Amino acid sequence: MKRREFLLAAATAAVAAPALSFSGKLFAAPANTPRFLLVFLRGGYDCNNLLVPYGSDFYYESRPTLAIAKPDPYNANSAIGLDNNWGLNPVLRDSIYPLWQKRQVAFIPFAGTDDMSRSHFETQDNIESGESTDQRSNYRSGFMARLSGQMSAVPSIAFTDALPLSFQGSGHDIPNISLRGNPKPVYDERQASILAGMYRDTSLASAAADGLELRQTVSKELQEEMMKANRGAPNAKNFADETQRIATMMRDQYRLGFVDVGGWDTHVNQGSTTGQLANNLSNLGKGLAAYADALGDEWNNTVVVVVSEFGRTFRENGNKGTDHGHGTVYWVLGGKVNGGRIAGQQVAVNAQSLLQNRDYPVLNNYRDVLGGLLGRMWGLSGSQLQSVFPGAHPRDLQLV
Amino acid sequence: MQDSPNHPTLGARLRLAAVSALLILGAGSAAARDARPLSQDDVDWLRRDSFELDSATVAMYRDLGRSRLFDRQLDGRISDDLPAPITTLINSYEAANTPTEQLLTNLRDEQDKIKNMPEGDDKAAARKAQQQHANDLLQQAQEIEMLHAIYGPNQLKEQMVWFWLNHFSVYGAKGRVRWVAADYVQNTIRPHALGKFRDLVMATLESPAMMEFLDNAQNAKGHVNENYARELMELHTLGVGSGYTQQDVQQLALILTGAGVAPLRDPAAMRPRVAEMVVRNGMFEFNPRRHDFSDKVLLGHKIKGSGFDEITEAVDIITKQPACAQFVSKKLAEYFVSDNPPPELVAKMARTFQRTDGDIAEVLQTMFDSKELAASYGKKFKDPMQFVVSSVRMAYDGKPIANAKPLLNWLNQLGEPVFGRLTPDGWPLDSTGWSSSGQMAKRFEIAGAIGTGNNRLLTPEGQPKMGGDFPMLTTRLYYDTFDAKLSAPTRDALAKATTQQEWNTFLLSSPDFNYR
Repeated sequence: MKRREFLLAAATAAVAAPALSFSGKLFAAPANTPRFLLVFLRGGYDCNNLLVPYGSDFYYESRPTLAIAKPDPYNANSAIGLDNNWGLNPVLRDSIYPLWQKRQVAFIPFAGTDDMSRSHFETQDNIESGESTDQRSNYRSGFMARLSGQMSAVPSIAFTDALPLSFQGSGHDIPNISLRGNPKPVYDERQASILAGMYRDTSLASAAADGLELRQTVSKELQEEMMKANRGAPNAKNFADETQRIATMMRDQYRLGFVDVGGWDTHVNQGSTTGQLANNLSNLGKGLAAYADALGDEWNNTVVVVVSEFGRTFRENGNKGTDHGHGTVYWVLGGKVNGGRIAGQQVAVNAQSLLQNRDYPVLNNYRDVLGGLLGRMWGLSGSQLQSVFPGAHPRDLQLV
Repeated sequence: MQDSPNHPTLGARLRLAAVSALLILGAGSAAARDARPLSQDDVDWLRRDSFELDSATVAMYRDLGRSRLFDRQLDGRISDDLPAPITTLINSYEAANTPTEQLLTNLRDEQDKIKNMPEGDDKAAARKAQQQHANDLLQQAQEIEMLHAIYGPNQLKEQMVWFWLNHFSVYGAKGRVRWVAADYVQNTIRPHALGKFRDLVMATLESPAMMEFLDNAQNAKGHVNENYARELMELHTLGVGSGYTQQDVQQLALILTGAGVAPLRDPAAMRPRVAEMVVRNGMFEFNPRRHDFSDKVLLGHKIKGSGFDEITEAVDIITKQPACAQFVSKKLAEYFVSDNPPPELVAKMARTFQRTDGDIAEVLQTMFDSKELAASYGKKFKDPMQFVVSSVRMAYDGKPIANAKPLLNWLNQLGEPVFGRLTPDGWPLDSTGWSSSGQMAKRFEIAGAIGTGNNRLLTPEGQPKMGGDFPMLTTRLYYDTFDAKLSAPTRDALAKATTQQEWNTFLLSSPDFNYR
């Protein structure tokens, strides 16, 4: 599908509003509606060892043990050169780099929020809320939920144990399901209806009913899928298994999804091309590649954005790790993404450009960038975007 | 706070060590035989004071009355003693019957042994066995905490142990935390759960679990790691946005240099003047050779570079901030009273906190005396820990279980495992954290596993499944406390149950049970 058709399909989806079932999600989405998956790396990943500023001597001075070597064809542990300034951590050679070569990945450095607390929890909540830091008014409303509210034919789901703040406060129930365990339902229809009936007069009425209903539906689909794919135990051993299941559901039923991946808070011995960060990146890369693969042709109709609450200190700390920083690198992936490039506003990487002599400044506010991207994907109006990201100035980086 | 006749100030109370719980329980059951039914207010209050009602708790309440029960809970005259079979079970665990130093020494020996093995299958197998050993220890620590929560006679204290364990959250799977997790909850948190908040902060600061989890064991002069310094102010005491700056975080990190876990090998010899400055307390060590002795400024206070005293001074300064009283009071009110606690209540609690120098029992007294608590009855949704503990208390009513593993599985499935929070902020205290559609479905399923007896709680580990047994929830306890006020939809559902197992399942799934 050409980009123009992609956008047309998107615009159609935004206006088509079929009557909804109980909570508006257990039906197949119209074919060709774009799908969007937000991947949240919780813990503030070290973006400087994902997207290596190998053109900067300052990088090598700042990270005596953590720096990744400049691109070198004879060194498998050197950065993979992406352009004259930036390289990719080589642990992504077999997963993300092939997508880069197909121009299906863009990276946005110096991205993030205006929240300066450098607190994981505060900044994660800030990003998920989608409101500007000084104007946060609703602490139980997330931008994915408000986006979902703008588009009735775009069913939403979170692949998490609990409903993330991003998806809270939509006014309708957004289901969540953890794909790590066995989603087999244990209640028959009579029991499910009695159980749900007890909550009919409470604020949890739709959560109770939807949870029971979703388990019946999802379980059936995933069981079939797993039998087809001839895979064994239902336990997702790693992120790649989980993303294949996510793809199954996103392909057929959902268009707006959220998943999070933890374990990025590397204060000690984080490593560079081996070690904790490298393992996490490798796992993430395999998961994203598996997701792309499992979607098949529908990958062309898909955008994945990888975010994290902040980056880390540019210099390594005394324990071969990094501490909490500010600006980070976002990833944008998809079959029709305008990729193979480093997008957004940038600045030279040197001591003078660091924020508070410590970390990356934020030049690409996530609200503006995501606003521009999501607006383009679904053809949203200015006022629709304002309700998703109040007060933002959506910027179209031509990512799709 | 005005003294009321029912509530003499805590200062006036004797802080006696435990009087035998058996005595109190014995008297309670005798009195219970001809006791009048509890009023709705009694039931509601007691459900908040405990994880959930069981017959022993109700008997104690009838025997002592509300204010005497509450006083005795706060000053420790209601013991932590568990039923004998549960104590026996816990004492069979390596994590409970081995001193922490011994556990860590064993770990070091295991690691040394593995290090000296030649590469190969044997070495891989030894590594795997060591991981398994560590996981077993963590699981024992989790089970011990669950068993205390379910069977501990002092239910208010048990709730506080859980609350602080969550407030000073450590992630079990990191580094050596698995080896010291049981020590952390029983020897760091428990002794201070109702004492002075400052002492609790110092106890966590001096615990190997916290030093390991937040990397302060690595924090040394010239190799500064600011992780613990930041979370100490943000999550443990003051709250983000309370006025401290990045500069304060960096200064506190310097103050905390040298605080860590005691080495398990003979330390290198120190000059006598340096050796004098070493502080050892259990497995905590302050090592002056790793400390930055420069002068510091924290929250506007000058702190003279002096060694360990800088740390106690810093903790004093931090815990005396009004923001600390406010932050801790709000979290307590969020846990016990409401997802959005009334600001007047929090202010009242914070005043008590400041007046009493952070006396946790006094703050609890203010909260439990408040009209805001009574106004919130039936509106607070149980988190997974409360749900699992309360279900087992209600269903088994004091009967000792033989296997605590199912409890851990259920908490895992509901997403709130003990020592399982990866990040140091602890699990959410409000209902939106636990009431999504996916979690509601899981909760009903676990209600079913308990209500139908389709679980292994009564089957000792390693034995084949006995099967057949299910708990009986239609008891005197139920009729005395729950039956009268069930909502119409719950009553309808119970009437549609076709078996006792199904009836149990519906009751444990009901909003009447899941809200308190």
